[in-house]
Amino acid sequence: MIKKLHTCKIGEKLSVFQILPSEISSKLLEMGFYCGKEIEILYKAPFGDPLAVQVGDYILSMRKNEAQFIEVETKLN
Amino acid sequence: MKKFALVGNPNTGKTSVFNRLTGLNQHVGNFPGVTVDKKSGQVKLHDETIDLIDFPGTYSIYPHSSDEQIVYDVFSNPQHKDFPDAVLVVVDASNLERNLLLFTQIYDLNIPIILIINMSDIAYRKGIDIDVEGLKAKFPSITICETNARIGVGMTELKTEIFNLKTTEVSRQQIIENYVLAPIDNQESQKEEVKLRFDFIKQLIHDFVKKKKTVEEKETKKLSFWDKISIHPVFGYVIFAVIMLSIFQLIFSIAAFPMELIDGSFADFDSWTGEKLPAGLFTDLLTGGIIPGLGGVLVFLPQILILFFCLGILEETGYLARAVFIMDKLMRPFGLNGKSVVPLISSAACAIPGIMATRTIPNQKERLITILVAPLMSCSARIPVFTLLIALVIPNKTVFRFLNLQGLTLFCMYFLGIVSALIIAWVLKLLIKNKEQSYFLLEIPDFKSPRWANIFISLFEKGKVFVFEAGKVILAISIILWALASFGPGDRIEKAVKNVHFTSENVADSAQLLASVKLENSYIGILGKTIEPVIKPLGFDWKIGISLLTSFAAREVFVGSMATIYSVHQEDNKGLLETMRNEKNSLGKPVYSLATGLSLMVFYVFAMQCMATLAIVKRETKTWKWPIVQLVYMGILAYLSSLIVYNLFS
Repeated sequence: MIKKLHTCKIGEKLSVFQILPSEISSKLLEMGFYCGKEIEILYKAPFGDPLAVQVGDYILSMRKNEAQFIEVETKLN
Repeated sequence: MKKFALVGNPNTGKTSVFNRLTGLNQHVGNFPGVTVDKKSGQVKLHDETIDLIDFPGTYSIYPHSSDEQIVYDVFSNPQHKDFPDAVLVVVDASNLERNLLLFTQIYDLNIPIILIINMSDIAYRKGIDIDVEGLKAKFPSITICETNARIGVGMTELKTEIFNLKTTEVSRQQIIENYVLAPIDNQESQKEEVKLRFDFIKQLIHDFVKKKKTVEEKETKKLSFWDKISIHPVFGYVIFAVIMLSIFQLIFSIAAFPMELIDGSFADFDSWTGEKLPAGLFTDLLTGGIIPGLGGVLVFLPQILILFFCLGILEETGYLARAVFIMDKLMRPFGLNGKSVVPLISSAACAIPGIMATRTIPNQKERLITILVAPLMSCSARIPVFTLLIALVIPNKTVFRFLNLQGLTLFCMYFLGIVSALIIAWVLKLLIKNKEQSYFLLEIPDFKSPRWANIFISLFEKGKVFVFEAGKVILAISIILWALASFGPGDRIEKAVKNVHFTSENVADSAQLLASVKLENSYIGILGKTIEPVIKPLGFDWKIGISLLTSFAAREVFVGSMATIYSVHQEDNKGLLETMRNEKNSLGKPVYSLATGLSLMVFYVFAMQCMATLAIVKRETKTWKWPIVQLVYMGILAYLSSLIVYNLFS
C-alpha cells in the first residue's frame, strides 16, 4: 500500500516509493531517500511533530511538512 | 603555500579531524563576497606547512543553504581564490552510503583526494566491516586513510599521507574540461545525477561493506533509556528546563566572580594609570576611554565562555539535537526554530553569547529573527537599573497575601521582555522575505561522551572572535562616548567649573560636585538637555536624558551616571536613592513618581541600550543594516511603551 510518510505509524516497515515534486525533493534525495530505501519512523516528538526517521544507518528528524513529500510503500511482514 | 580543502557531511567528526591536524593554528576569516565564515588552519610536519580550509558541512555539492553554497562556488570554479590543490573528504564509517555521495561528486572533479574513513570504532561496534583494501583497489588514484579522530587514532599516518600527496599541478584546464557538475539551477538534472550516484554507491556498499548482525546491533536498533527519556512528553521538557536553568544559573552566578575581578582590576589599573601618568588629554583618553573600553570588552568573556562550554557539552554528547527536536513545534508559530530556544534563554543572562549561539540555526530567516529579538530578553545588565528604580518607586509590601510587590514588579519586567520577544518574532516572520528554502532536516546523532579538545578549541575561537572583532567596535564607541562626556563646546566646561561654589569641606564631595558640573556641561550633557522636550512626555527630565545617553555603553552605566549627576558616591546606593527620592521638579512634586519610575523601567526593557550587542550583531550578520534596524525598532518600541505606561500611571 502506498501512503505518505507523515501518515505512517511508529515502527512500520517502509520503503521509499517516490519523492513528490517540491522545493526540497533534491535535498531529500541527497539525504538518502532514494527509491526502494528501507526506512522506519523511530519516534515522534510530543505533539506528534517532528518525526525521527531511521534512514539506513542514521536517524533524521523532519517536520510533517517535509515528510508529506515522501511517498512510501508499506511492507507486509 | 599549498592549499587543501576539508569537506564532509555534518556529524562525521570533520571538526575533530580539523582540530587534530591544525591544533590551535586556526583562524576565522571570510570567503570573498559572501557572509560565510571561512575557518582555516595550518598543518605542519617537520618544516613543511599546508593551508587547510574547513568547508561548511554539506551532504551534497549541490547547495541548499548559503553555507553550502560556498562549497559549490569554490569547487565549480577552478579560478576561485580558494580552489584547493587537493581535497580531504571525511566520511563516517558507520554511515558510508549517504556519506559517499559527496565523495563521488568530489572524486569526479579529478582533484587529488584523500578519503578519510572516520569513526571506525562506532562502525565496528555496529558490526560494520569495511574492506579498505578492496576500496583502494577500486579507486587506485586516491589515497584512503582510516582514522578515529575522537581519540586520535590514525592521525600520524594521515599527516604523512597529506605531505606525500602529489599535487603536481593537475592542470586546471583539464579540470574544467572534465567538468561534471550539473548547473546550479537545474534541480532535475541534479536529481538524475544523484540517483545514478546512489546506484553506483549501493553496488560499492554491496561489494566492500559487510554488516554482521551482532547482538549489539540489535540493541542499538532499539531506543536506549536516555533516548526515550530525552524526548518524553513530560520528562523531556523537565530535563530540558533543568539543564537550561542550570546553564542560566552558571552564567549568572559563576560568571559574576571573574566579571567582578575584571571590573575591579581594570578600575584599579585605571586609577593607577591616572596617578602615574602626568595629567593631560592623553591620560584622560587612556583612563576615561581606552582602559574602561577594554574592560568593557573583556568583562563579557566569562559569560561567553561559560555558555559555550555548556553548549559544547550538550552538542558533543548529542543532547542538543534532541532538545531541538522536542522544542521545534512550540517555537514554530513565532517564526522561530527549535534551535532558537537555547540562544533566547541564554540571552536572559546576556544577549551577546546568546546571539553568538544562533550560528547553529541553518535557516537564515529564522536565525535573523532570533538575533533581532534576543536583546528583548531581560539580561543581567538591566538588573542594577531595575533594582534601583524598584527600590525608588515600588513600596516594599505584600500583595495577594504572599507576593512581594517589588519582586512581582521585577518578574513583570522579565515577563514583558519574553512576551514581546515572541510577539516581535511573529511580526518579523510576516515582514522578512525569505530567499532560502525553509526546511527542517536535522540529524539525530547517537549519544556519546564529549571530546573536550573540540570544546576548548571552539571556546578559544569564540573568545578570539568576540574580543578582536566585536571588541574593535565596542572600544571605538566607548572612546566616542568618553569624548562626548569629557568635552563641551568652547570653554563652557571651564566657565561652569569656575562658577562652582564648593560648600563642603570634604575633598571627595567637592570632586563629586566637580564631576557633576563637568558632565552637565559636556556635549552629552547638552545633548541630554536638548532631548528633554522629546522625553518629557515619558516623564523624564534632562538628568535622566543624560543617563540614557551614557548608558548606551551598557545598561548598568545608568546607575553610575545618575550618581555622577546627583554628585553622590557611586558605592553608596542608599545615598543615591535618598537624593533621587527627594528630587523635586519645578512644580514641587517628586521627579521619581510611580509613573516615571515604571516608564523608565519599561524603557529599559525595550531600548537597545548596549553597544556590545550591536557590535556582535554586526559581526554575526556581517552588515550594519541589522544592528541599525534593531536599534531603531527597539527604540521606537521603548518610546511608545514608556509613553503608554507613563500616561496610564499618572
